Amino acid sequence: MSRQIGFLASALAALALTTAPAFAWEPSKPVEIVVAAGAGGASDQMARMMQAAIQKNNLMKQPMVVSLKGGASGAEALMYMKSSAGDPHRTLIAYSLIYMLPLSAKIPFNWRELTPVSVIALDQFVLWTNAQLPYKTVKEFADAAKTANPPFKMGGTGSKREDHVLTVFLEKKTGAKFAYLPYKSGGEAATQLVGNHTQSNVNNPSENLEVWRAGQVRPLCVFDKERMQYRTKVTDSMSWNDIPTCKDQGVDVQYLMLRAMFLPGKVTPEQTAFYVDLFSKLTRTSEYKEYMEKQALKPVFLAGKDMLKFLEEDDALNRNLMTEAGFVAN
Amino acid sequence: MEAFGLLIYGFSVLLTWKTLALMMVGLVLGIFVGVLPGLGGPNGVAILLPLTFTMDPTSAIVMLSCIYWGALFGGAITSILFNIPGEAWSVATTFDGYPMAQQGKAAEALTAAFTSSFIGSLVAVLLITFLAPGIASFALRFGPPEFFAVYLLTFCSFVGLGREEKHKTIISMTLGLLLAGVGMDTVSGQLRMTFGSNELLRGINFLVAVIGLFGISEILLTMEERLALRGHAASISPRVVLKVWKELPRYWATLLRSSAIGCWLGITPGGAIAASFMGYNLAKRFARDKDSFGKGRIEGVFAPETAAHASGTSALLPMLALGIPGSGTAAILLGGLMVWGLNPGPLLFVEHKGFVWGLIASMYLGNVVGLILVLTTVPLFAAVLRVPFSAIAPMIVVSCAIGAYAIQNAMFDIWLMLVFGVVGYAFKKIGIPLAPFTLALVLGNRAEDAFRLSMIGAGGDLRVFWSNALVGSITTLALVLLFWPLISGAMAQMRNAIRRDARLGTK
Repeated sequence: MSRQIGFLASALAALALTTAPAFAWEPSKPVEIVVAAGAGGASDQMARMMQAAIQKNNLMKQPMVVSLKGGASGAEALMYMKSSAGDPHRTLIAYSLIYMLPLSAKIPFNWRELTPVSVIALDQFVLWTNAQLPYKTVKEFADAAKTANPPFKMGGTGSKREDHVLTVFLEKKTGAKFAYLPYKSGGEAATQLVGNHTQSNVNNPSENLEVWRAGQVRPLCVFDKERMQYRTKVTDSMSWNDIPTCKDQGVDVQYLMLRAMFLPGKVTPEQTAFYVDLFSKLTRTSEYKEYMEKQALKPVFLAGKDMLKFLEEDDALNRNLMTEAGFVAN
Repeated sequence: MEAFGLLIYGFSVLLTWKTLALMMVGLVLGIFVGVLPGLGGPNGVAILLPLTFTMDPTSAIVMLSCIYWGALFGGAITSILFNIPGEAWSVATTFDGYPMAQQGKAAEALTAAFTSSFIGSLVAVLLITFLAPGIASFALRFGPPEFFAVYLLTFCSFVGLGREEKHKTIISMTLGLLLAGVGMDTVSGQLRMTFGSNELLRGINFLVAVIGLFGISEILLTMEERLALRGHAASISPRVVLKVWKELPRYWATLLRSSAIGCWLGITPGGAIAASFMGYNLAKRFARDKDSFGKGRIEGVFAPETAAHASGTSALLPMLALGIPGSGTAAILLGGLMVWGLNPGPLLFVEHKGFVWGLIASMYLGNVVGLILVLTTVPLFAAVLRVPFSAIAPMIVVSCAIGAYAIQNAMFDIWLMLVFGVVGYAFKKIGIPLAPFTLALVLGNRAEDAFRLSMIGAGGDLRVFWSNALVGSITTLALVLLFWPLISGAMAQMRNAIRRDARLGTK
């Protein structure tokens, strides 16, 4: 069955090739978006948005398929991309694990071995608590956490990664101690918070969106230097813009996470150019814009030299944070 | 009544031409797999699982569960016509089914087997339909201690209730737990037991292990035993079917008893094999003329088949609702769910309604269609057995290799599968059960994570496993089941002693 569809697709592609403007290179088979996280997490949701937007707007003749490679905390996806050198039909939707995983778990991986294509968004982190708990501000929450015994439980995704780093910095700035529980995905961290098994988490907006709308969790602050720009009401009374920054609430911790696309190493400049063009078109679609607003992401598009500069700076920043948190393996 | 609404919603998800076509394909493949000795339910599902990776989860589970139903039906065909149980749970069916075939009553025996399978499944599906809606609200009460208690319950019940020797079950389970530890440890964020190998980074994929352990090892065993296939021809006429169906009401007690046994053993991990034997033995015990069993009595076909199917079907409920599989095949379907990106567990019923109710609706439809299909195609499938084994074996090996490769597109996995094939062969030779090994490989990691998260949250206090009524009762039940053989032994001794005292007293 799939072979037939594949045949049909390639026949259509061949037909379209004669009419459409020609690229120096084009995918000749379905393109894989490799997700370095579990199902339903922020990366997965974003990959599925891209798949749908590219298909609906006919940005590419070949279909995109999402392949989940969240094994070994995402290391599976990194090694998969590393071993795919020269294959232009695989793209990775990367986030900060490309810097952190090699440091904490000594995975033999360096993002410089892959081909950076474009940064397509920046993701925020928000401090959330269960809506049944009485804490309305960061101060109330931090004061309660300081005296809590047993200590408050903080849910997060993975160990020695962005959520864990944020927890460590939250501890440093507030003086409270948390028992950090590393779950397998942001979705799990969200449902565990709702079920009152943890007191708080530092999920991305997209990971807690549904439970926030259901009134089960309460956002306390966003880890950024300015408020999120989206003013449309998400719940009955609040928009993303109504969430104060942690800095204003007296906890100066800031962290933004990249969402970027990579190709494997050793692909040709023509192949890279095709994808730069594809993703830049993607960021202009209404699906992308809606998604950015709904999931409260920062829309951004960087490619080429700008992206490299960003990656080097971001790498250095993450290395510092990891070192300071004591998460770098010897 | 919520169940009805959801069930109708499930049918609406299901009733598309594509899904119905997949269902038929699944059933035919399943019957085929069930008929072939050396394949069978868990192996068939394991080998065919990669086919579904590109499908959406609902289509995939419908097809796979239909393979499962098909295999359950198919297993009866070889037991009755050839005296070769295609499945371990069909062994009890051969006791009376084969004698019936020898007496020229093959058609009656087959009709009886298929019909009672259908009844068993129907009872189990009804149970699932009415229990499932309540599962959702139960969902949020599960934190790390609760999850660990459930995993503990599964492990303990395998040891305590299994029919195999206890120490062998524990050996098998411990090896599985050891291998489950290979790869990334989520809690510490460190790699374990990878010895610097990038191939081991992913951990040991449980499907690769299963294909080797079951598929390859079974081929090795069959080669060794030089299996010869000879059997009886059969075709089923509508007249025979009606005659058997008319007799059904007379056996209501047997059918009901077997269904109840099947459902209970399916929900606890006793499994279809234990259920079929227990169904048969109880039918024999309650019958007035015990001697006619084993000589071609139709009740001896009804009893095990009803129990096996009820158990095989109800095994899916704990798999979906709690993430613990009630049978080997359910364990493989569990692996499938994770591959399709679904997290089995209570939240599945909240987050993926279409998937869950589509599956439940497919159980109804799949069993009706399956019954009609097997009744009409028996002669065709019986012919499969006349193909020489030397032609079938290479086909099975190739399909195993393709299956193992396709899971992660890794050549390394084929070697791993072969190693597990040899391990499986050795295990079978020295009588170490494979089910606890696979169970530990699937759940080992999750159980460990749940335990360590509980410990982090509770500051290392073990009393967290008795901190509320829910987790406390599951943990206690788990420990009771672990020591069940000792407890039941002690109880039997006490009862004997009392009886002896009573007898002495009357003298």
